[in-house]
Amino acid sequence: MKRSTFLLFSFLLATLSLSSCSQRLVRVQPYERGNLARPAMAEELDSLQVSMTEHAYFSREASYGGGGVGGGGCGCN
Amino acid sequence: MKYLLSVCLALACLCSISAADTVAVGQPMPKISKLIPGAKVPNTSGKVVLVDFWASWCGPCKKSFPVLNDLQNKYGSKGLVVIGVSVDENADDFNKFATKNKAAFSLVHDAAHKAAAAFSPPTMPTSYIIDRKGVVRHIHKGFKGSKTAAEYVAEIEALLAAK
Repeated sequence: MKRSTFLLFSFLLATLSLSSCSQRLVRVQPYERGNLARPAMAEELDSLQVSMTEHAYFSREASYGGGGVGGGGCGCN
Repeated sequence: MKYLLSVCLALACLCSISAADTVAVGQPMPKISKLIPGAKVPNTSGKVVLVDFWASWCGPCKKSFPVLNDLQNKYGSKGLVVIGVSVDENADDFNKFATKNKAAFSLVHDAAHKAAAAFSPPTMPTSYIIDRKGVVRHIHKGFKGSKTAAEYVAEIEALLAAK
């Protein structure tokens, strides 16, 4: 087998094996997110403190804001 | 060389197909009783079935329960079977949720995620509406309140009317 053929074959084999497993191994499936949805897994545990801090930043810096996202870690809907 | 490339491409296609073994519209419904041994699954042969994947930690799932109860009460006698499949890992979470949110339909606990892996719901909750022949006809990703409820009614009535 030529060296270039061997390299191409190895590259294709590596791509093949990595692409087939990445879907299953890396992603947490929607039905497996029970632990991620726990309140303890929230990025900020004290919502009052977060809103006060954000208000303070927002009043001082006009460019601040827009950092929030809808929903929690469960990925529902 | 061309032969080698074609073999690799064929393998790649096969792998991509096997990785995405989700239940799609037009496919037969996987047998829940086989996937969850010991689960009390009602007889679904010749009936319109709504399979709903839910979890105690999922907010929209909680909101969908009264709608599913109404569907079961209204269309149960006409041939609708609603099955709620819980994907909770913990049996206590499943039991607490089931006790708090009274279900008029059958609930099964898929702790090992065998049924969830077979159906592969893209989000929580996901519901599958299956016709009398056992073929998946509609898939609802998420629960969007009255919009989803109206879609359920229209689709179920159409499937119940088709003999």
